[in-house]
Amino acid sequence: MLARVRQRLLEMHTTRAWAALLSAAALVLVVLPLSNGVMAPNSALHAPDYLVPLLGKFLCFGISALSVDIIWGFAGILSLGHGLFFALGGYAMGMYLMRSIAGEGVYRSVLPDFMVFLDWKSLPWYWRGFDSFPFAMMMALLGPGLLAFVFGYFAFRSKIKGVYFSIVTQALTYAAMLLFFQNSAGFGGNNGLTDFKHILGFPLHAATTRLGLYVVSGVTLLLAYLACRYITTSKFGRVLTAIRDAELKARFCGYESTNYKLFVWTFSAVLCALAGALYVPQVGIINPSEMQPSNSIEMAIWVAVGGRGSLAGAVLGAWLINGGKSWLTAAFPSAWLYVLGALFILVTLFLPKGIAGAWSQLMRKRRP
Amino acid sequence: MKRTSRRHAHHLWAVLIFVTIVAASVASEAKAGGPLEEVLRGLASPDGEVVERSLNELATLGDASVVAALEALCDDRLRAGPDGTIYYTAPRERTLRNALSGAVANPQPTGAREVEVNNQVRRQALPVLAQLKLRSPSESVRLAAAKELEERGSAETASLLRGALNVERIAKVRNAMAVALARLDLESTDPDRQLAGLVVARTLGTPSLQSDLKRLAAPTTTDERIRKGARQALDVIDSRQQWVDLIGALFHGLSLASILLLAALGLAVTFGLLGVINMAHGEMLMLGAYTTYAVQIAFERWFPGSIRFYLLAAVPLAFLTALFAGVVLEKTIIRFLYGRPLETLLATWGISLGLIQTVRLVFGAQNVAVANPDWLGGGAEIAEGLVLPYNRIAVILFAVVVTVAVWALLQRTRLGLQVRAVTQNRSMASCLGIATSRIDMWMFGLGSGIAGLGGVALSQIGNVGPELGQTYIIDSFMVVVLGGVGRLAGTIVASLGLGLLNKTLEPFAGAVLGKIVVLAFIILFIQRRPQGIFTLKGRIEV
Repeated sequence: MLARVRQRLLEMHTTRAWAALLSAAALVLVVLPLSNGVMAPNSALHAPDYLVPLLGKFLCFGISALSVDIIWGFAGILSLGHGLFFALGGYAMGMYLMRSIAGEGVYRSVLPDFMVFLDWKSLPWYWRGFDSFPFAMMMALLGPGLLAFVFGYFAFRSKIKGVYFSIVTQALTYAAMLLFFQNSAGFGGNNGLTDFKHILGFPLHAATTRLGLYVVSGVTLLLAYLACRYITTSKFGRVLTAIRDAELKARFCGYESTNYKLFVWTFSAVLCALAGALYVPQVGIINPSEMQPSNSIEMAIWVAVGGRGSLAGAVLGAWLINGGKSWLTAAFPSAWLYVLGALFILVTLFLPKGIAGAWSQLMRKRRP
Repeated sequence: MKRTSRRHAHHLWAVLIFVTIVAASVASEAKAGGPLEEVLRGLASPDGEVVERSLNELATLGDASVVAALEALCDDRLRAGPDGTIYYTAPRERTLRNALSGAVANPQPTGAREVEVNNQVRRQALPVLAQLKLRSPSESVRLAAAKELEERGSAETASLLRGALNVERIAKVRNAMAVALARLDLESTDPDRQLAGLVVARTLGTPSLQSDLKRLAAPTTTDERIRKGARQALDVIDSRQQWVDLIGALFHGLSLASILLLAALGLAVTFGLLGVINMAHGEMLMLGAYTTYAVQIAFERWFPGSIRFYLLAAVPLAFLTALFAGVVLEKTIIRFLYGRPLETLLATWGISLGLIQTVRLVFGAQNVAVANPDWLGGGAEIAEGLVLPYNRIAVILFAVVVTVAVWALLQRTRLGLQVRAVTQNRSMASCLGIATSRIDMWMFGLGSGIAGLGGVALSQIGNVGPELGQTYIIDSFMVVVLGGVGRLAGTIVASLGLGLLNKTLEPFAGAVLGKIVVLAFIILFIQRRPQGIFTLKGRIEV
């Protein structure tokens, strides 16, 4: 038994790669929390408080980068609709957070403030049950998962692929954005959901809660990475890559490509929704602009920069680009879009396999 | 029987009035403005009776040249010079003008006093004014007077209207007068007049009579005939209104469709030919719109005299700008990405980011104001409450012209033949000696150029801002998905279908839900026909 587990683990990674992964995880999950939580604030080793939610945000982006990579890098399907799943997960979390401050809003009503503002008398039916955290989390995963399943079922069944699929997912996200922008949809319209105060009883503004959310995001990212790695190194994953590279041949070999694609598509959507659900309490707001077409495309560029088909590369790409964004939008606000635009062009032209691809090529050259 | 007798009565009225008019005009000609001038002076009299007599006399004389003076009287803008000459000032002006000719008095008399008016005088002056306006030689003045009387006519204006109706020859003005009269009739208590009003309401079906009709159709009306007549008239209005709404929705659908067509035409051509989705296509629309803006600015600065024609210069310039941008993009970036459609999608998105940011830095992040030239302002009122704006009509016609031009280019020229050959089978076309990469470049440029033309059209009916392209790009992608690639007919049918579907769904479902329904429809539609409405019969890669 143990031997089989060991063998499977070694299929996922070499010993060296495991060591690298675990040390990276330790850096993120142990060293930084210690530096923020234990070190004295004036010490040089102290990580400042503002850094924690920022890095927590990056961890969530890492999860969504994984979700885009597993569908694009391994199944060859470029989704421009992952912003939708991200936002839906976020909205489910936001709904829970809104319900948990019932009676503490500006109007002291049991209803969320925006509903009082719209003069609504009772909760719409789809808000029922969101005062329970487990239910909200279930919906955060189930809602986007179901949507992805139904949409994927119709799309893959009719062999929509390539750019067609990308465009249709983009249109879906766009339509959803328009829907959520409406006040009558019951999700707070333009402003979305905000003014959260506590999660599971812990105050959201407290440094310890933020650290806690950061650690939860880190652990989730690690687990998500392992799950994706498990899938891609399994037989399932190999069939998936076969479908990506030659779908017709795979079908002739007897693999029903539709089912494979549908599974990985739904899995990816759920993963992205999870990222969204973790993201919202750390940034304190969710609104429809998360569904802008540009957000979904940016997720794709994280993966493209990091390296399609390399899970670690995707996470790294998400971190690099968002780090660059945080720095550039503060230092040179008008330059950021140029940099991003240039990244899109240069990476597709000169780095088709991203940083990870360039790295492995370099390694191969050094050690023939 | 009754009707004929009424008609006779009308004839009699007409003859009478005609005689009065002729007499009055003869009289006024004979004395060359003398009596008018004299009568006008009476308006400035402090004696109320003299004023009333003057007003009545003005009514009898029936000369429309005193309209301005009477309007001024009601607005407290009438002035009397020290020698008794009457002047008025135009609204929001201080210069005195001659009361009859309207010419600015030179020299300006000093010591002119304001002619005091009380409400009684106003009450007497208004019908006289209305009568004079209804007899004005200018069609638009008569029309405006009839519309005004419909809004606030009084019992005595009914007879004025009836008189004017009998001599009126222009159908549009007649209708307006008839409606105003019908309204007064409906509001009267005389059942005969009410019935007469109902006849007009039923035949013309004017929505503005609705509230009066509803009152009459209520169970409180005792007269059975009137109640029934009012209900019938309401039905006529309702069914007419439905038509008007339908035509309005169709028109707006057509307008949206032509925009979609202009946006999608180039997209479909490049997608069909090169197999790449150009995410920067929307920005070509934007470039076209901003070129229009720049041309407008240039005309304002250098040729302010011919600003009316700036649009004519903007059309070719926008086309060339976008074409040039397209060719440059193809040469520097796109051509290295053929065969990798998903990467092209990302790269062109990057291009669009750069273009948006550049425009933002050059022209600012705010929307810029592109004005319609005067010949595109206003609209054609084809029915009560249905105005078709000229700018939208122009956009529809423009889309037709552009589509025909593209069709001619693809079907009737050598380049078009080569394009179709490359679209169907690239390697075979290449073997036959067609320079495929040159074709690619020109077609990418052309597709962008068409989008530039679309931008000119958009600038005339909507806001022009850096994000202009983003608003339309997703819809035009949907057109391409629905219409299939490489076939002009598919693009046309798809944009027509989407435009009309969107606008006809809007009244029921709202704009957003309408969009979602359309999207669902597209997803279901490509279940049945994954290649779009019209599939290319040829060897295209699946």
